[in-house]
Amino acid sequence: MLTVLLILIPLLAGFISFGLKGTGPKVLALLSSIATLGVSLVALFQFKVHPEATRFTAQWIPQLNAKFAVGLDGMGAMLCLLTTIAFVLVFISIFSRTYERSNSFYGLLLLAQAGLTGVFTAYDALLFYVGWELALVPMYFLCSIWGGEKRIPVTFKFFIYTFVGSLFMLIGIIYLYLHTKDASFSYNAFVSAGASLQHGEQSWLFWLFFVAFAIKMPIFPLHTWQPDTYEQSPTPVTMILSGVMVKMGLFGALRWLLPVLPGASASWSDLVIVLSIIGIVYASCIAIVQSDLKKMIAYSSIAHIGLMSAAIFAHNQLSLQGVLVQMFNHGINIIGLWIIVDVIEQRLGGVKNMKELGGIASKAPRLAIFLVIISLANVGLPLTNGFIGEFLMFSGLFQVNVWFMAVAGLGIILSAVYILNMIQRVIFGESNAVTAKITDLTPGETLSLTLIVLLIFVVGVYPKPMLELVSGTTQLLQVAFQGSISLK
Amino acid sequence: MNALLSTAISGVILMFVGLFAKNKQSIKYFAIAALIVAFAANFIDLRYVLKMGPYTAYASMIKVTLFTTLFNAVILGCTLVYFLLTGSGFEKVGDEVAEYFALQFFILSGIMLATSFNNLLILFLAIEIISIPQYILAGSDKYNLKSNEASLKYFLMGAFSTGILLMGIALIYGGCGSFDLYKLGLGGISMSPLTLSGVLLIVFSLSFKVSAAPFHFWTPDVYDGSPTVFTAFMATVVKAGGFIAFIRLFQIAFQGGIVNQQWTLVLEIITACTLIIGNITAVYQQSVKRMLAYSSIAQAGFMLFSLLAFNLRAQQGILLYAAAYSLATIGAFSVLLKLKDYTFDGFNGLARKQPLLAFAMTIFLFSLAGIPLTGGFFAKYFVLTAAVQQGGMFWLVIVAIICAAISVYYYFKVIIAMYFKTGEPEVETPSGAYKAALILTVALVILLGIFPNLLLQFMK
Repeated sequence: MLTVLLILIPLLAGFISFGLKGTGPKVLALLSSIATLGVSLVALFQFKVHPEATRFTAQWIPQLNAKFAVGLDGMGAMLCLLTTIAFVLVFISIFSRTYERSNSFYGLLLLAQAGLTGVFTAYDALLFYVGWELALVPMYFLCSIWGGEKRIPVTFKFFIYTFVGSLFMLIGIIYLYLHTKDASFSYNAFVSAGASLQHGEQSWLFWLFFVAFAIKMPIFPLHTWQPDTYEQSPTPVTMILSGVMVKMGLFGALRWLLPVLPGASASWSDLVIVLSIIGIVYASCIAIVQSDLKKMIAYSSIAHIGLMSAAIFAHNQLSLQGVLVQMFNHGINIIGLWIIVDVIEQRLGGVKNMKELGGIASKAPRLAIFLVIISLANVGLPLTNGFIGEFLMFSGLFQVNVWFMAVAGLGIILSAVYILNMIQRVIFGESNAVTAKITDLTPGETLSLTLIVLLIFVVGVYPKPMLELVSGTTQLLQVAFQGSISLK
Repeated sequence: MNALLSTAISGVILMFVGLFAKNKQSIKYFAIAALIVAFAANFIDLRYVLKMGPYTAYASMIKVTLFTTLFNAVILGCTLVYFLLTGSGFEKVGDEVAEYFALQFFILSGIMLATSFNNLLILFLAIEIISIPQYILAGSDKYNLKSNEASLKYFLMGAFSTGILLMGIALIYGGCGSFDLYKLGLGGISMSPLTLSGVLLIVFSLSFKVSAAPFHFWTPDVYDGSPTVFTAFMATVVKAGGFIAFIRLFQIAFQGGIVNQQWTLVLEIITACTLIIGNITAVYQQSVKRMLAYSSIAQAGFMLFSLLAFNLRAQQGILLYAAAYSLATIGAFSVLLKLKDYTFDGFNGLARKQPLLAFAMTIFLFSLAGIPLTGGFFAKYFVLTAAVQQGGMFWLVIVAIICAAISVYYYFKVIIAMYFKTGEPEVETPSGAYKAALILTVALVILLGIFPNLLLQFMK
């Protein structure tokens, strides 16, 4: 039941928010997100004690044998936690702002949260698909109404890209559904149906699913929607997009691709890893020469996601653990970065070009400290949360092929280059006419950034609970791989 | 059968009501009441069929099955929504309001025939009863040149295609020696050249009626030229009626399992053409009304899938598709009727001026585009599943998917105009009754998108 609440609370709050006025939506959104955070923490403990108790199944469409089946596993519980934390952080950090038509703004954000949670908890393929789309539509409206100047074409591209991907996935779902023994959409039925297919069938089904997930992550060469969308979207929306929504693609691959089509995943893994690594190097190089702060972070995000995707297809326990941990940590870190970028942009009246910035450390020391810590966590410095995930992923990749690891490792070096460069250009140096008027963080912003920094250090120093949480999932996936390798 | 009689009689009565009614509003209420009577009559049929099984009537010229009554219910329900949403728009077309309603009841009785025919002659009658009132409705805006053109064009092309239909029926009779659907036995392995050409001629003629490419050229001009209120009816309920005739003919006559490759290939090509031409041409339209005309061609392409697949899912699919597509298109046209300017720019800024209209339009367009949680998603889902299950036409499914993605482009252009652009649209203030009907329609579209089983539960 707790799992249903995770979807239901934001859904209802979202609908109510459309009817409220003044500060009502803002308060409601914050309360709802704190309530869901509470529920997700309780659900996490419940999962540890009785994993079965988080499952909930109800009849949905009897003609199709589609069920409303939700539940948590280690990965789902962790991503639900990430989602709820992300929304709390977003709502706290923008609490002092007023948005035009705020009832729709908060309402749509809450609906997106419901969709995201639906994706992370669904154990029914049709429900998963509905959640996948339900998360996309509010995001589209959020970006298009409250975004920057070029928002209309940019977000339209984003929508079309994702929609095409999900349609391909729909065909894959239909095909697998028709091959299940009991004609159902349940996860278990899909796993056994996928395993029973011929290798050729598995192969093209793999690509139908993979395109949908690759667009969402995004993976080279399907990434072109991403930097523009991140840049044009209002920053709270970008935080959700980059912190949580890209995880939908990684989650989809881990839940609905690897276990369902193990043979094809194993045989195409080298190609996918190569694409991911091209993405890492390519995006890192572009990030180095970017002078727009938002675009630089967008490209750095492509590089990080590329590493995670490569690690998923590296097919071993170490890399999988790394991915799962990194999914959470990357979400937290990038939300932190966006909060800081948003503060800078808001204070300086829309300036986000690094060439015009500089000398912020002397005017806004707290902001500068937070920026340094979060940036270094993003690079993966030891004792921050970024380290453990990257270390595990690289060890995993190393087991597959040394060259994969070597080239992907370039990404780390390059990321150090652009992140340090950014720190230098933004906060050090001489302050100029533009940056002279910057003021330091407000209490709300300090609170959310402090929470982020706490998470960075806690997970960085003591990652054991998180690794334990996801260990069940990695073992399950590992079994699926071994099965597939013996099949091959 | 009750529904057939009730709609035909209501049509006749409505013609006389026009003579005596002082008030145009009362005619509308009378028509709505007559429709509710027809709906109730159909409900009696439905209960009877559920209990006793299918039955034949009139020397087995007509056979009423469960699917017949269900489809009638969808048609009558959509017409009811149509009357509620656009009933007051009839007065703006001309003075003969009662006649317009009467003609639409005749069309309905034709559709009731099309859902229950058991004999090729009745098929012919049904198609003609559906078509002739439409020629009149298309030209009902008598002093408008475009309306006259639409009527003439439709009449000439329609008469020609009826001739082809008749020719096809004659050839099939020559080949099989019967008009009775159940005795045609076209499901065998081989088919004589005479019968095959008959089947192809019928396919062409019925493709014309449902505006499938390459027989679609009349559609945009006729839909654009006709008064918008009647376009809404023609593009939805009438089109669904044409489809049901098509499907009934093939599902019964080709019973026996083996589907003849020769004509399925033709039908597959027609489907692909309809999808591609409909969608790509819709992209280039400047007027929303014309865009909806092309979108109706594109949607016909999806409905054709239910013809190609011979399984239960296809039947469920067409039922759901007819309902979801008709509701959404009727709703979209009713919003269009409130606007002065039919171009995309005419919608600029509608969300600020009339949030309810814009919201309803968005839901209707979502449904047409097939976004989940609207009826259109499950409609597409069912027909595509039917096609995948049938096998052998995976390429067509991929074409359909790509076309569905293209359709997002032109449907969303309206949403972009309404929500993200600024402007001062000239819009008529909607009445309370209209708003209530609009909310009802939106609720139906969303309900079908969450619980399609509400409609499908009757099908075994």
